[in-house]
Amino acid sequence: MSGGGELTMNNITKSFAGVSALGGVDFTVRPGEVHALLGANGAGKSTLMKILSGAYESDGGTIAIGGRQLTIGSPADAKAEGIHCVYQEVDTSLVPHLSVAENMMLDRIASGKGPVWLNWSAMSREAEAVLARIGSRIPVRRKAEELTLAEKQIVLIARLLVQKAKFVILDEPTAPLSLEEADRLFKIVDELKKQGIGIVFISHRLPEVKQISDRITVMRDGKVVLTEEAASVATGDIVRAMLGRSFEEEYPKTDVPIGETLFEVEDIAAGHRVRGVNLTVRRGEVVAVVGLVGAGKTELSRLLFGADRADRGKVRLAGKTANAASPADAVRAGLALVPEERRKEGILVGSSVLHNLSLPILSQLSRIGFISRLAERRHAEGMIGQLGIRTASSGLLTGYLSGGNQQKVAIGKWMATDAEVFLFDEPTKGVDVGAKRDIFRIIGELAAAGKGILYLTCEFAEALGLADRILVMCDGAIVKEFARGDVTMEELLYYASAGKEDLS
Amino acid sequence: MNNRLLQFSYKYGALIFIALVILFFSLNNEYFFTRSNLLDILRSISILTFVAIGVTISLTVDGFDLSVGSTVSLTTVATATMMIWYELPLAVVLIVPLVIGAAVGLLNAFLIVKVRIPDLLATLAVMYIVSGVHKTYTKGYSIYNNMQFQDGTKAPGVMNPDFLWIGQGKLLGVPFPVILMILAVIGAHIFLKYTRFGRQTTMTGGNEEAARLSGVRVRRVRAWAYVASGVFAAIGGILYTARVGSGQIDAGAPMLMDAVAAVFVGYSVFGAGRPNIIGTFVGAVLTGILINGLTMLHVQYYTTDIIKGAVLVLALTVTFVHLSRKKA
Repeated sequence: MSGGGELTMNNITKSFAGVSALGGVDFTVRPGEVHALLGANGAGKSTLMKILSGAYESDGGTIAIGGRQLTIGSPADAKAEGIHCVYQEVDTSLVPHLSVAENMMLDRIASGKGPVWLNWSAMSREAEAVLARIGSRIPVRRKAEELTLAEKQIVLIARLLVQKAKFVILDEPTAPLSLEEADRLFKIVDELKKQGIGIVFISHRLPEVKQISDRITVMRDGKVVLTEEAASVATGDIVRAMLGRSFEEEYPKTDVPIGETLFEVEDIAAGHRVRGVNLTVRRGEVVAVVGLVGAGKTELSRLLFGADRADRGKVRLAGKTANAASPADAVRAGLALVPEERRKEGILVGSSVLHNLSLPILSQLSRIGFISRLAERRHAEGMIGQLGIRTASSGLLTGYLSGGNQQKVAIGKWMATDAEVFLFDEPTKGVDVGAKRDIFRIIGELAAAGKGILYLTCEFAEALGLADRILVMCDGAIVKEFARGDVTMEELLYYASAGKEDLS
Repeated sequence: MNNRLLQFSYKYGALIFIALVILFFSLNNEYFFTRSNLLDILRSISILTFVAIGVTISLTVDGFDLSVGSTVSLTTVATATMMIWYELPLAVVLIVPLVIGAAVGLLNAFLIVKVRIPDLLATLAVMYIVSGVHKTYTKGYSIYNNMQFQDGTKAPGVMNPDFLWIGQGKLLGVPFPVILMILAVIGAHIFLKYTRFGRQTTMTGGNEEAARLSGVRVRRVRAWAYVASGVFAAIGGILYTARVGSGQIDAGAPMLMDAVAAVFVGYSVFGAGRPNIIGTFVGAVLTGILINGLTMLHVQYYTTDIIKGAVLVLALTVTFVHLSRKKA
């Protein structure tokens, strides 16, 4: 088996533009061990793993295998030392129109060394043998693009064996898998362990972490806060370690009288990302949908807004059916969406603030098809003042604004529409603290004006601070509902990651 | 300082270049800068400008219409045959080509918006189809007054003089095609810049998904753009027939590339960096001036292509050097 002793990362530091991301992290992986690495978003676990796999260079600290110091400056260096990473986006690592065998042997085919002629049948046989070792019978001549997502992962893992990996990072491998597929993956992970490979396992699903890990390390704010044997640590302790202190940030939550039911969603579903969601929003109410990355929140918001097609389900707005076949229909029905991908979907970066703000209300601003320049300018300037958008002039290209101000434009364009229900998808992503507070204030004002607000976020603190009701989403379904003040961050994280099991 | 010079050259470079070219030709040939020659230049680019407006609109929605050249060819022979083979009334002669242009645009729109074939490929295919249709229809012959058929009989009709006036007549001393062209340029410019639907068109081209999520019906907008492109090409075809007084086979073939070149030269006018009607018109004018001036200087016809290409390279260089700097 591959010997060489344990992998140690010692006192690793890293900062981005002066902001510390990792402050002296120690982390070890033994051969034949599954070591889970946990932490909330932004805790530093992906930074640490990117340093290990050579995508980033550390500012300080050492990496060694069995006491031998390594210099890892690039992914190729890391691979030469037997350190490999399987990223969540499996498709970026496979060549779709090549066969399974070719994909597994890709390094050998792509390298400049070795014989000019490749022995294809020997290669296929070798690929079959490797797949058999991890108990898989994927036909090696099938093209990669014809595989399911789970099969693609298996091919990538088999490739690691071909490349004689010693240490493997699995970055949230189970996030897109069904439970059965995940179980199959765990069997393969066991097989890797038996081969003496050390595995770093990143996941948000705590039960499976407890199930397959030997050791668990929790990171928070760029530091390791807990490293324990998996058998001797309780789930509750892990959650507490991940969250640390309770949240202190203030949220300007104004109390608004909550009116009649405005927005009803019944059993809406599409594919395996959204599996039958029911929810209601009342006038003046802020309803938060919280969930981890990949829980299906963005997909849900796009279905409600008609950006994607739903397989089934009913949507009603103010008593009228509002199943939207297109965003244009949704707007007409009285919906507004502030999408997560701001620069790609929320605003047009190559157009002026003026044009962005007026796009959804052009018909209000025009007479017999012609846009009134005066009305358009007046509207833009009013909105810039009202929302506190920082821009040199309304004619400036929106792409030149800061993230927070771009987001205000993305919100502001809906303010003058007849929208009754506002969908916000991660509106504070990449937004500075000041703009964040402005955005919360705007949401409060909308609620005070009797609008209904559906706030989708993976930032639990925001949901706790803003929402009148919190719905927890996991694997495409709402698994739990809490009233304001009835829930702690620990409980939210628990239901978001564990699903329906009871808190023990 | 250097930076400001660059900004200035980017904004006004194309116009200064045109001024220099005009100056150069005027100094070398006394007949160049005369009213009749300048009107001649404008008349010579009127057909091109119509086609180029269509191309501009398809580029505005971030598409591309390669089929405009063959649409010109088809509508040219269609107009001519309707008069010469079938002796149809003028109204029909004018309306049918427009319908043909719209139909080609609808076919493009169907393939691109519904079937989701990439713009370039879909319109390339349609270009072949339309080109084939127009040659099959005329059996490869050009259409002229009382033309002789293969079986020895003669075509019954001749070109309608009222129709020819569209391409050859004058109004207040200005050639009628020039007046039409100016109206079309102003109309298209106002449409894209000041109307609601025009704004939706430019926004769709700026970022289709963001426009869609703002409630713009982007599929309808894109479909419309291809229909408009086809109709403008059809007008180009009508003007062509009226101008030359016959239905030339493959009349529109060189039109596509000239139109595309004019549109891209237009990117650099006033530092727009994107398709715009005024820029397209300036690009077409530059093309016309170059061909006219070089012909007067007895430069061989084929050599003008070299110069046209070089001018296009220059304009593109200015535009893209600037755009990539802006990104950095």
